Amino acid sequence: MSTASVQLPAWINYGVIPLLNLVLAFFFSGLVVWAIGESPIEALRLLLIGALGRGEGIGFTLFYATSFIFTGLSVAVAIHAGLFNIGSEGQAYLGGLGAALVALSLDRYVPWYVTMPFAVVGAALFGAACAAIPAWLQAKRGSHIVITTIMFNFITSSLMNYLLVRVLIVPGKMAPETRTFLEGGQLPKLDWLISMFGGKLGAAPLNFSFLIALVMCFLVWVLIWRTKLGYEMRTLGISPTAASYAGIPYAKIVMIAMLISGGLAGMMALNPVMGASARLQIEFVGGAGFVGIAVSLMGRNHPVGIILAALLFGILYQGGAELSFDMPSITRDMIVVIQGLVILFAGALEYMLRPAIVRLYQQISGK
Amino acid sequence: MSLDLPKEIEPAIELVGIDKKFGAVHANKNINLTVAKGSIHGIIGENGAGKSTLMSILYGFYHADHGEIRISGKPISIRDSQAAIAAGIGMVHQHFMLVENFTVLENVMLGAEGGQLLRKGVASARKELKHLEDDYGLEVDPDAVVEELPVGSQQRVEILKALYRGAEILILDEPTGVLTPAEADHLFKVLRVLRDQGKTIILITHKLREIMAITDTVSVMRRGEMVATRKTSETTVEELAELMVGRRVLLHVEKGDANPGRVLLSVRNLSVKDARGVTMVDNVSFDVRAGEIVGIAGVAGNGQSELLEAIAGIRKPASGEIFIDGNPVAGIDPAGLRDLGLAHIPEDRHHMGLVLKFEEYENSILGYHRDQRYGRGAMLDLDAMRKDAEEKIAKYDIRPPNPRLKTANFSGGNQQKIVVAREIERDPNVLIIGQPTRGVDIGAIEFIHKRIIDMRDAGKAVLLVSVELDEIRSLSDRILVMFAGKVVGEKTGDAGEQTLGLMMAGIAA
Ligand SMILES: Nc1ncnc2c1ncn2[C@@H]1O[C@H](COP(=O)(O)OP(=O)(O)OP(=O)(O)O)[C@@H](O)[C@H]1O
Ligand SMILES: [Mg+2]
Repeated sequence: MSTASVQLPAWINYGVIPLLNLVLAFFFSGLVVWAIGESPIEALRLLLIGALGRGEGIGFTLFYATSFIFTGLSVAVAIHAGLFNIGSEGQAYLGGLGAALVALSLDRYVPWYVTMPFAVVGAALFGAACAAIPAWLQAKRGSHIVITTIMFNFITSSLMNYLLVRVLIVPGKMAPETRTFLEGGQLPKLDWLISMFGGKLGAAPLNFSFLIALVMCFLVWVLIWRTKLGYEMRTLGISPTAASYAGIPYAKIVMIAMLISGGLAGMMALNPVMGASARLQIEFVGGAGFVGIAVSLMGRNHPVGIILAALLFGILYQGGAELSFDMPSITRDMIVVIQGLVILFAGALEYMLRPAIVRLYQQISGK
Repeated sequence: MSLDLPKEIEPAIELVGIDKKFGAVHANKNINLTVAKGSIHGIIGENGAGKSTLMSILYGFYHADHGEIRISGKPISIRDSQAAIAAGIGMVHQHFMLVENFTVLENVMLGAEGGQLLRKGVASARKELKHLEDDYGLEVDPDAVVEELPVGSQQRVEILKALYRGAEILILDEPTGVLTPAEADHLFKVLRVLRDQGKTIILITHKLREIMAITDTVSVMRRGEMVATRKTSETTVEELAELMVGRRVLLHVEKGDANPGRVLLSVRNLSVKDARGVTMVDNVSFDVRAGEIVGIAGVAGNGQSELLEAIAGIRKPASGEIFIDGNPVAGIDPAGLRDLGLAHIPEDRHHMGLVLKFEEYENSILGYHRDQRYGRGAMLDLDAMRKDAEEKIAKYDIRPPNPRLKTANFSGGNQQKIVVAREIERDPNVLIIGQPTRGVDIGAIEFIHKRIIDMRDAGKAVLLVSVELDEIRSLSDRILVMFAGKVVGEKTGDAGEQTLGLMMAGIAA
């Protein structure tokens, strides 16, 4: 209690503490690896090399990070308005439908850069639509957004299953997926980005949506800290009574924040659907929406933090996949355990080390 | 600087050379203070003088950069509030730290349950609590749920909590700010009993009358320094005021005659219900004219808060009408009302008037953030906001003069000045004010009162709600008394305290 109110310099708050948390997470992961009889050092080496060693690995890492940036931003925007959006998973799923419909209808006629803006809007609109009903229920009826967004994850999942199995499936095929988009409906790979650093992208699906994600980071930063709307969202998020005093309309801000949040989640679909597989597949989101919650939490709901946290999870995803390939005794499930530990230490136990560090800081700074 | 105490009186607390900096702010400068055992020691000083910081150091919330704390002559290190409690120090915070939906007994026991199984602890706690209540006249029902108790009783629970943990030294930081006069009297009675039983009490307050009434000794802080310590019996209000501020202070408001013009704010048959549907404002009607201050006197909780919130557009009236300059405005939201020239200084600055996590300059536009002067179109212009904030900081002497400081880190009185500056500087036509000087030092009170009178003299309509009868009487041109949601009478500004007091108690009309 005594240390909670002490202000630490930013470099400790945003540098030292997250780093120490990360070290702790890796330490306990190491223990787990050691417990099953493998070498933790070797495992870490394999993980890092797998994620960052070659151009292709980096390409995969950034590909995963792209999805996490979108969903992380989605969660963060809602949190700034005091709303906990658990529904990014479903919003991204429905966003895929928006992107796919645009791609399917335009890919025959125009090049990708004409399709892209429409696809961005389509994905965002469908994602926002998925967030709209929970938002409305929260704004007008007070139904808790956490519950309703979770429910909507199930609803979208069933809806998309139905559409893919019954409606969008290519006649005569077994796989529940749309036809492959032509080049006009695909986002180009970022070979040049990797080759700028002397690597080769290879089969990695890193694509143009990575750049869209970075632009969105900037736009979200502007929105939250440089616009009047962002000011109103933050006021509402921190103090609803101050917001009502200031005449900030609750229902309107809740709606807008959730629509933006849903839109950002929807855009995540651009990455796997139009960037990687060039078709809409079943369950393509694969948990990225939930990872977004951890990413936003770790990144302190700030775009820069979100980029860093998304990279970390990208490394864990890609490096983890390589690791379980190279060390068969470390299964996919083990990788999930390690990710869980990172979330635990860097997210949930974020403040565990703080009191000790405050004391240390006070001693060192000579007081 | 410590007082020469007779040899036989042993000191309960000695602070030696306490020093504390927050970045550039030097909150405590080499403070020495001795408090005699079994005495009531007052600490006064301007807003931001460093009183709360000093007490927080004593209670282990902050660590001093330098200096030593001695309890009963023994130097000790107080790492955290746990250690402070172990050393026999108890603190009653200005903002209560109670679990609202727990009972009194549960709150008192919290953190001192005495073992893993509750039942045994509960029984002995109940007995112990009964003892404490009997010994010190601290009656509260142990089974009452805290949130249903009036503030005065909640405060008693805080005191009981400290005593239950064996406190020999009790720190009270501005305890009377939220109390009715009767509750404050009761508190003082309790404090006297505690002192007579040998407890040591440190009392921080801005009300010099309270200092004179109850303390044995009083210390004055100014800008981080301990500038004087006096025996209360050997000093006067005037001397203390001067010691605090460093100049002579006008303890009485000087104002000329009012020149009422046309009606700017009009309330007709207004009724307001609270969330539970209880009628809090009952068929109230009155007018406020340009160039006059109408004060609403009343014991807290008689509907004043709801009345203000209804006029400010925060609360929907159940029935009745409100007019600003002749236009019906009931149902218009606070933003719309601001556009019509209404400004509102809310009673509760922590929950309404300010977003404590914001930096100062962000709060100095709250409610006016849509204004084009703070940025064109949808964007915010941070430079314009900060420049505007700096001007207000200079004009209202807000300390420290740093618009980038987090609002929570300003002292209470300076937070209030941030709100007052924001609302008055908009030059509204109608100004409604709730408790404008709660927690504000006498120098700042003088300043705020002057600004309110300036507003009146500039032809604005001012509606003032305050539980401080002195404040109402010295500022108002007309006084309405509220009791149980109704306006029970109207008096001129020079009405006697006695008369008003009886009306406030619902006895006379
Ligand atoms: N955590 C903090 N960080 C930075 N500055 C702080 C912090 N806490 C207090 N201060 C500053 O230290 C100074 C002393 O504040 P303190 O709260 O002790 O004043 P105070 O005498 O209790 O005033 P008031 O009568 O208004 O309550 C103020 O200038 C305040 O802004
Ligand atoms: Mg204080």
